[in-house]
Amino acid sequence: MATLLEIENLKTQFFTSAGTVKAVDGISYTVDEGETVALVGESGCGKSVSALSILRLIPWPPGKIVGGHIKFNGVDLATLSEEEIRKIRGKDIGMVFQEPMTSLNPVLSINEQLSETLITHFGISKEAARVKSLALLEMVGISDPNRRLDQYPHHLSGGMRQRVMIAMALSCEPKLIIADEPTTALDVTIQAQILELMKNLTKSLGVSMIIITHNLGVVARYADRVNVMYAGKIIESGTAHDIYHNPQHPYTLALLNSIPRMDQPRRDKLDPVEGQPPDLTKLDDGCSFRFRCRYAVDRCANAFPDLEKVGDTHFTACFEKGRLKESVKVVS
Amino acid sequence: MYKYIAKRLLLMIPTLIGAAILVFFLLRLIPGDVCELRLAGTGLYADPEQIKLCRENLGLNDHILVQFATFVIGFVTFDLGDSMWTGNPITHEIGLRFQLSLQIAFMATFVAVIISIPLGVISAVKQDTWIDYVVRSFSIFGIAIPSFWLGIMIILGLLIVTQAWTGVPWMPPIEYVSPFEDLGANMSQLIWPAVATGYRYSAVATRMTRSALLEVLREDYIRTARAKGLLEKIIINRHALKNSLLPVVTIIGIEFAFLMGGLVVTEQVFNLNGLGKLFVESVLQNDYNLTQALVMIVVAIFVFTNFIVDLFYAWLDPRIRYS
Ligand SMILES: Nc1ncnc2c1ncn2[C@@H]1O[C@H](COP(=O)(O)OP(=O)(O)O)[C@@H](O)[C@H]1O
Ligand SMILES: [Mg+2]
Repeated sequence: MATLLEIENLKTQFFTSAGTVKAVDGISYTVDEGETVALVGESGCGKSVSALSILRLIPWPPGKIVGGHIKFNGVDLATLSEEEIRKIRGKDIGMVFQEPMTSLNPVLSINEQLSETLITHFGISKEAARVKSLALLEMVGISDPNRRLDQYPHHLSGGMRQRVMIAMALSCEPKLIIADEPTTALDVTIQAQILELMKNLTKSLGVSMIIITHNLGVVARYADRVNVMYAGKIIESGTAHDIYHNPQHPYTLALLNSIPRMDQPRRDKLDPVEGQPPDLTKLDDGCSFRFRCRYAVDRCANAFPDLEKVGDTHFTACFEKGRLKESVKVVS
Repeated sequence: MYKYIAKRLLLMIPTLIGAAILVFFLLRLIPGDVCELRLAGTGLYADPEQIKLCRENLGLNDHILVQFATFVIGFVTFDLGDSMWTGNPITHEIGLRFQLSLQIAFMATFVAVIISIPLGVISAVKQDTWIDYVVRSFSIFGIAIPSFWLGIMIILGLLIVTQAWTGVPWMPPIEYVSPFEDLGANMSQLIWPAVATGYRYSAVATRMTRSALLEVLREDYIRTARAKGLLEKIIINRHALKNSLLPVVTIIGIEFAFLMGGLVVTEQVFNLNGLGKLFVESVLQNDYNLTQALVMIVVAIFVFTNFIVDLFYAWLDPRIRYS
């Protein structure tokens, strides 16, 4: 499959009074056409910042992309003018945010909010935009769409608002949608419906997706490929199968142990990943996970390990990956 | 929505009653009364019999609750009574002054709105640039300088400029002309006090617009609007401004009502006979009837303006509209 998005050594930093926050510190990954790629990691590890960086939505001040390339369809988004990137936002790349309750404008009707994207990018009339919006609401499974169009966000439940957000992200037939924790704020039962909807729509429309989550459990079912992030870096990358059944980084392993798994006998207790993520203003040259890592050795403090190939599609950034293998067997 | 309006309308009643009680009894705590002032205020000897007669005539010897009832009944039947000082009907005393004050209040509000909303928006959008600093200085200046001083400067400026340009110094006319008679003459008189007070009052509204907009610009839905690729113009005007106008509308409403009775000094400077001046005189003369009428008119305007502000809220925010 052709590569749609190629992120190369992306670095985004926030210049705050407390110091420079290295929120995204040199990540690289690709998204192929029609592929769903997951970005997984604990809260605060730079997932949202990396997603917002793609659309150049980092607020300056204090934040800024300080290095790297974001090649989308061969064009480096990092070098576009403000007007050029605006034409890509919402048109070629759609975005779904985490908070459906606050991500829609409370004073504009659903129709106004759906139509304006269509009007902006296609220059169609209000009437035509309404017809299209109606079809979009139907597509995302909202019943009685005609009535819903004239309602306001406060009339809709969280799950329905998220459906509207998805309709909005898909409205201009984008090639890629970025979903930043699209279900984190929703009830568990609704979460599955929304994820299922996104999976079906992206597959049937042939849209690529970057799905961000802190829940590895979500990933197994919905992503083709998984990138695990820690403190602004990707520390493991592979197919969902690789990551789920053959984790090669102590952090991934710890994440897996922190979620309930259907495919394994129930354990007495889940182990949350111990310790706190590091302060992103005070990173040193060593591996940022070593303070929480059971396998850490002296050399971990000297340099950050490179991502190294451990399988056809599988990469990990750990000096001690060899030792990990044995203990994975023990755990599972 | 109708319930919302009905509730707002009903809330006016207790406010008016409370104001009536307060003004009636507070006024009577001021030592001395209108008869003493009228007959002995100049320091000359006054016949106690005459004072007594005067009080009798004005109803000041009635039981206080009777006086209160007379006042309340008069007010609800729109019969404001006579001035205790001049003996003229209060509607006559107030008539033209009310028209003048109302006109200035409207004009000053208009000036304030057309200054403050664009400036507040520019200043928020260009936050921390030189444009923002200029706008903020302009509005701090407006808050800092007294509007009577600005009024004097405007008059002096007019005199100097017209002198330099035409050779003949020109000053706004002093005699009030109704806008229905001669709009030109009316405007050439009232535009200056409207600008002087409107500028001051825009200062507060500008700062309010700026801070409300800055707050809204940090909201998630603004990020959504950006992610949709909307033009910056649409993001500000459609998505941000509507959400940030609520506090601005509130401030404008309060200031409008305040202008109706509070323009004492500016009226002096421009030599206008508005409600403010009448207010001061009526209090100094212990003219209970007139003061009560003026207070109640201003309170009624406050209450009514608040109602209009509430309607604005409903128009701006569907969460109120559909409650
Ligand atoms: N506007 C900002 N100013 C300063 N720091 C920020 C800002 N936005 C994000 N950060 C920092 O960037 C880091 C990554 O944040 P984020 O990408 O939101 O994490 P998550 O993985 O939970 O999505 C965090 O340490 C956060 O404090
Ligand atoms: Mg996040």
